Amino acid sequence: MADLTSDFIGIKSPNPFWLASAPPTDKEYNVRRAFEAGWGGVVWKTLGEAGPPIVNVNGPRYGAIYGADRRLLGLNNIELITDRPLEVNIEEITRVKKDYPDHAVVVSLMVPCEEGPWKDILRRIEDTGADGVELNFGCPHGMAERGMGSAVGQVPEYIQMVTEWVKMHSDYPCIVKLTPNITDVRFPARAAQAGGADAVSLINTINSITSVNLDTLVPEPTIDGHGAHGGYCGPAVKPIALNMVAEIARDPETANLPISGIGGITTWRDAVEFMALGAGNVQVCTAAMTYGFKVVQEMISGLSQYMDEKGIDSVSDIVGQAVPKAKNWQDLNLNYVTKAEIDQDLCIKCGRCYISCEDTSHQAIAMSEDRVFTVKDDECVACNLCVNVCPVEGCITMRELSIGELDERTGKKVEEYANWTTHPNNPGATCG
Amino acid sequence: MSHIPSLPDIAAGRCTSEEISERFSDLHPPLKHHEALVAADRCYFCFDAPCTIACPTSIDIPLFIRQIATGTAEAAAKTIFDQNILGGMCARVCPTETLCEEVCVRETAEGQPVLIGQLQRYATDTVMASGVHPYAREPKTGKSIAIVGAGPAGLACAHRLAMHGHSVTIYDARQKGGGLNEYGIAAYKAPDDFAQQELDWLMSIGGIVIETGARLGDDLSLTLLQSDHDAVFLGMGLSGVNALALEGTHDGICDAVDWIESMRQSPDKTDISVGRNVVVIGGGMTAVDAAIQSKLLGAETVTIAYRRDKGAMSASEFEQELATSKGVHILFNATPETVSNGAITFSRTGTDEQITLPADQIMRAIGQKLESASADLAIDGGKIKVDENGRTSVKGIWAGGDCASGGEDLTVTAVAEGRDAAEDIHANLMKGS
Ligand SMILES: Cc1cc2nc3c(=O)[nH]c(=O)nc-3n(C[C@H](O)[C@H](O)[C@H](O)COP(=O)(O)OP(=O)(O)OC[C@H]3O[C@@H](n4cnc5c(N)ncnc54)[C@H](O)[C@@H]3O)c2cc1C
Ligand SMILES: Cc1cc2nc3c(=O)[nH]c(=O)nc-3n(C[C@H](O)[C@H](O)[C@H](O)COP(=O)(O)O)c2cc1C
Ligand code: SF4
Ligand code: SF4
Ligand code: SF4
Repeated sequence: MADLTSDFIGIKSPNPFWLASAPPTDKEYNVRRAFEAGWGGVVWKTLGEAGPPIVNVNGPRYGAIYGADRRLLGLNNIELITDRPLEVNIEEITRVKKDYPDHAVVVSLMVPCEEGPWKDILRRIEDTGADGVELNFGCPHGMAERGMGSAVGQVPEYIQMVTEWVKMHSDYPCIVKLTPNITDVRFPARAAQAGGADAVSLINTINSITSVNLDTLVPEPTIDGHGAHGGYCGPAVKPIALNMVAEIARDPETANLPISGIGGITTWRDAVEFMALGAGNVQVCTAAMTYGFKVVQEMISGLSQYMDEKGIDSVSDIVGQAVPKAKNWQDLNLNYVTKAEIDQDLCIKCGRCYISCEDTSHQAIAMSEDRVFTVKDDECVACNLCVNVCPVEGCITMRELSIGELDERTGKKVEEYANWTTHPNNPGATCG
Repeated sequence: MSHIPSLPDIAAGRCTSEEISERFSDLHPPLKHHEALVAADRCYFCFDAPCTIACPTSIDIPLFIRQIATGTAEAAAKTIFDQNILGGMCARVCPTETLCEEVCVRETAEGQPVLIGQLQRYATDTVMASGVHPYAREPKTGKSIAIVGAGPAGLACAHRLAMHGHSVTIYDARQKGGGLNEYGIAAYKAPDDFAQQELDWLMSIGGIVIETGARLGDDLSLTLLQSDHDAVFLGMGLSGVNALALEGTHDGICDAVDWIESMRQSPDKTDISVGRNVVVIGGGMTAVDAAIQSKLLGAETVTIAYRRDKGAMSASEFEQELATSKGVHILFNATPETVSNGAITFSRTGTDEQITLPADQIMRAIGQKLESASADLAIDGGKIKVDENGRTSVKGIWAGGDCASGGEDLTVTAVAEGRDAAEDIHANLMKGS
């Protein structure tokens, strides 16, 4: 079994799988069960300032969208930060950390955007023994309207300012959690770095309304005849999160800023993908909320097997491996030609590739009288739609044409690498 | 364990009424809502779907399953009924393993087809339970059509004609409508008087009258029907039984269809006599149904004796397995030769080997035939000759279902033929108007 130990900005944990700040980490009871189940660390559910606790709606607080067989694909919530008294949380964090010295315990914080409250909360958590803090600049609902959460995360100047206060008033390693509800994630990441953050974590949830009840015509989740937008997470947001992580990892200004990857991570594969695109570790919420803490066992065994098979010694060796290969569109090879190919032994003759190509794309699949489906190389542009709609994995694959081979669609032979920046049709091309 | 009295010979009351009602309950219990959603999710919404091509009534199966999956079973039922107004019965009795489900791509992929028949039942049950009849009649045309036989072919034809605004009179020799749905289909495939419920629901479109106890050939002649109506459709099935020459005498020989008919008409079946040792001769659905239901009524040994081998048997693999799972023994390559009271002797087909089985009751299930048709009608392979529109050799007379040439003898085929003939009759009657 591979060595999965992780060191993220100096915070050590038995593996890179942390539970994100959310209901799974809201209480001592949950966190102890999580550590017993195998999670490497937790970011405790966000604490607010001292005083009267936060008030949540009673519920329903979640909405969902589903795939086939009612698989939960996306989850939306309208919950706020912890609604338990600050003192109780602090006592519990202290007890848990004492019993689990080798596991990571990071405290998530969200207080009003003034120096006083930040200084105060940092002083209050001083004796918990926690390994670091995470600044929640992400929640898109409830707290944002009060000038916290994503209301801070959407203004790079505020991010920098608050981060500076935190670094000034504490020695904690500081992770800044970013909201995806912005146009360009690189700006808040740069601001966090400028404020002295040790790392960023992303993504928090995405503004969303999951559904509308068609009998009452009220958005869901519905509270007494009304609904509010909430934060979206789960497998459906993974591609968005993955891109944002890559954007920061690829940005020369933040290339060395550590990232904790979050968003739709459900299996060990998702975790490795985030790490390959630059995440030093990962945080999980929805997968645990859907299946319970035991899912981490698959993540651990999967990562371990992958590392053994690939001969990777340390988790940190995976981090960033795919970053140099994530490019902008204009850097892609316009002379790269592939053709779809159908494995007739695997084909079950559902006809989905045919109808999707025929109705909506390039009319490049032929269907015979006896339902044999074949690709017309002279029409196929290799868009990949047939691969995506085929229900049988591995049944349709893309065959790469080698240089010099005839592309029957264009009637031209495949040439060497060339991209848009030098293409004759590009008015801004640098050279021919 | 309940006590099955070991009564000799042929006797009623081998099981209690409770045992019978338990054993004759639904072969496939209806899908619950959750089960239906899980089953529907497995459909790939195939293009030019193989299942639809295999369905004799060409139901748009991917569409109706998608309608179930999106919470509109009523719309799904409409998709089914548009093609097959007896979609409820077909969902129960179709040998799906040789029709739609045999070619489902998930059968190809995993050996486990989408549960098309059961989903069809889920959708149609939803609408029928609501009592809604989703079709209205077009304006009255003033035309009238005579239909002979209130089986699946006649009913499908009648409904389609009524929809188009024609008035329909169905003449049936029996006391109840429904044809073999009522008198033949195995009791456990359509329990709870489903055939009559479906008949009532179908009739609620209006414009259809059924005259029972009216047999073509008695007071009713084709000439009379033709003169009283604008068109005639014949859907009288196959009510004659093939003869079987056996040497010797035996007091307990009957035709399987007759035995099934009386069993189907008995409210709790405790009065139905069945042998202690039963031998059914034949290899089709009727043989299997007679054998299984004999067993369910308490026969101690039941054997289906078929003169050819397993592959030649017209009952499907599924039907054969169903029979053996109920304890029926199937004897292949056995040609019946002689009978004596309490026994029957077979020769091994093509050899001199003799097999004698104890047999208190012997049921013949070697096929039905056309009883008699008007001498004017051309015959093809023992059935009324029809073209692809169901037209017979006589102008103004159409035929479909078991009595007509072409297609397998199945409920769903009869529905397709009745429906298509109705469309052709309609087109013909409305020509030039
Ligand atoms: C025992 C048995 C089990 C079967 N099981 C299945 C099954 O599980 N699945 C399946 O798909 N198919 C099954 N079949 C076949 C199916 O029942 C028939 O293919 C189907 O009923 C044919 O429909 P039809 O309308 O042509 O004829 P029928 O259903 O036979 O209806 C004919 C009607 O015409 C009436 N009639 C007959 N002669 C006259 C006359 N001279 N004048 C007036 N009325 C007349 C009869 O009373 C009857 O009501 C089974 C058949 C049998 C015998
Ligand atoms: C292959 C593809 C190409 C698209 N191209 C465009 C485009 O050129 N212009 C545009 O406004 N939207 C484009 N879209 C976005 C769609 O119009 C639509 O906004 C998006 O797919 C979300 O809708 P849907 O997920 O419900 O289909 C494209 C979507 C796809 C899948
Ligand atoms: S989508 Fe895949 S399985 Fe279906 S017909 Fe095309 S290649 Fe075959
Ligand atoms: S009518 Fe019969 S063959 Fe057609 S889809 Fe329904 S169950 Fe299958
Ligand atoms: S063949 Fe099977 S999967 Fe395809 S449409 Fe028909 S039921 Fe659905």
